[in-house]
Amino acid sequence: MAWLFIAPALLFYSAFVLIPIGMTAYYSLLRWNGIGAAQFRGLQNYITVLTEPDLLSTIGNAFQLVLYFSLLPVGIGLGVAQIIRQHLNGPFGTTARTILFVPQVIPLVAAGIAWSWMLASNGVVNQLLSAVGLGGWTRGWLGDFDFALPAVGIIGAWVLLGLCTMLLVTGIAKIDPTLYEAAKLDGASGWDEFIYVTVPGLRQEIGVCITVTVIAALASFDIVYIATGGGPGGSTNVPGLEIYRLAFAHRQVGLASALAIVLMILVIVCILPIQWIMRERRR
Amino acid sequence: MSLASTARAAPIGAFAARAILIALMLVTLLPFITMFSAALAPSGTYPPGLQWPADPQWSNFVDAFVAAKLDRLLLSSITIVACVVPVSVLIGTMAGFGLAKLAPRGSQFVYLLFVIGLTLPLEVVIIPLYYEIQWLGLLNTKFAIILPLIGLYMPFSIYWMRAHFVNVPAEMSEAAEIDGASAWQQFWLVQVPLARPPIMSLAILQFLWTWNSFLLPLVLVEIPLERTMAGALGAFQGQWGTNIPLLCAGSLIILAPSVIVFVLFQKQFVAALLQGAVKG
Repeated sequence: MAWLFIAPALLFYSAFVLIPIGMTAYYSLLRWNGIGAAQFRGLQNYITVLTEPDLLSTIGNAFQLVLYFSLLPVGIGLGVAQIIRQHLNGPFGTTARTILFVPQVIPLVAAGIAWSWMLASNGVVNQLLSAVGLGGWTRGWLGDFDFALPAVGIIGAWVLLGLCTMLLVTGIAKIDPTLYEAAKLDGASGWDEFIYVTVPGLRQEIGVCITVTVIAALASFDIVYIATGGGPGGSTNVPGLEIYRLAFAHRQVGLASALAIVLMILVIVCILPIQWIMRERRR
Repeated sequence: MSLASTARAAPIGAFAARAILIALMLVTLLPFITMFSAALAPSGTYPPGLQWPADPQWSNFVDAFVAAKLDRLLLSSITIVACVVPVSVLIGTMAGFGLAKLAPRGSQFVYLLFVIGLTLPLEVVIIPLYYEIQWLGLLNTKFAIILPLIGLYMPFSIYWMRAHFVNVPAEMSEAAEIDGASAWQQFWLVQVPLARPPIMSLAILQFLWTWNSFLLPLVLVEIPLERTMAGALGAFQGQWGTNIPLLCAGSLIILAPSVIVFVLFQKQFVAALLQGAVKG
């Protein structure tokens, strides 16, 4: 009887998640164009993924995106939380909450389109730079070999900033105010308060922010697809986009699947230690 | 002590807090403002990033509505949401209850199996999903989006609902058992009414995820009008990407429904997004 409650969920989950994971693992051992006969290749696809510079660079790019997607929102969010602490009440607080959450509500595709326009050669970013006398810096940011990847990173940071800030602000309101008062009485500086009261008190929220943002960076697809399509010259290419391209444009299903499995393992390898540290310290 | 007194003791802090929040809000809104100003420029021109046009072309929004076929798109998106969310919330809640309260032998292992899916990037399963949906003969139909999404939502739904049911005191169900209620009656008459808030949050989150899903519709449904909002928006950019005013007007129009729903239910949305992140 009990299993009747669980069976429908398990059925859908098996059909559209578990079995596909198994199939991806199986495809990753093949050379297959998706239509004709497949050849067994063993681990050859994995060797290609880990040695082919064009494929390896997608993984490197994803890790660079982690810096922007994670560090910026968490760093700014922590600073803001420390300053705001208990000031997010009343209608002003509600308005702020609502607005800061808008990037979480709109599709990433829309964020990509909006920012492509912001970062275009006559977009508002260049307009602002010229206005403050930095006209020499203006460029088409997303078409620039050196700046396209950071620009994509900024888009992700914009999307995740509101969520991280609100999580940290909500968390800091739960820290016992007497801890801050005690720190003040002990003559602690603002920085000491931050390091010894805020950061330890927000351990769990920081862990959540890092988990969410790291997954968003490593598995990014929507923003990159819309903003740069992986260009220029593959400088913003990420595993998600390359999997899509290899499988559905170049018909290299086996190689795409191997990259997918590598991506899955990378995400798990990055997330597990974060979860582990969160749990360990909580005790 | 505390709140009131600290606020009074630090008026400068309160001022700085407001200034910082206003700056953050401006950064958040800037992309929309610049899209709005561009949307009002004459169609086909290349307007500057932020400038109120001399002659605002409000008709761009009408043109974009027609070009995006927003009426059909809304219908398609609502149909997909209306199929995915109720089914997925129902079977997720049932499984969460089964795993938390009935806990048959082996349920620990099954729960673990579900939890593993929490961090899974969609890209890992998208290739086999394509061949599976093709095999089922469902490519380019709404079912190509509906069925996989339900499966993909199971890890979070079950994690979320189980966490709720685990914390419901055992006396609740014991009282019902003494009255001779079956597990099925217990579920519907006792547990579901108590679980309204988490069910509501779950439904909100799934609505957003479905509405905004992109990669899945992109791969499985070729016709943009049969997709959900985000999938269609991607196609709209592909088609009108060079006409900045029309692209911006269209993007804003396609965004409008979700932003309106969000503002109307912002309290529930914010709560759901915050809790959803913490638990997920």
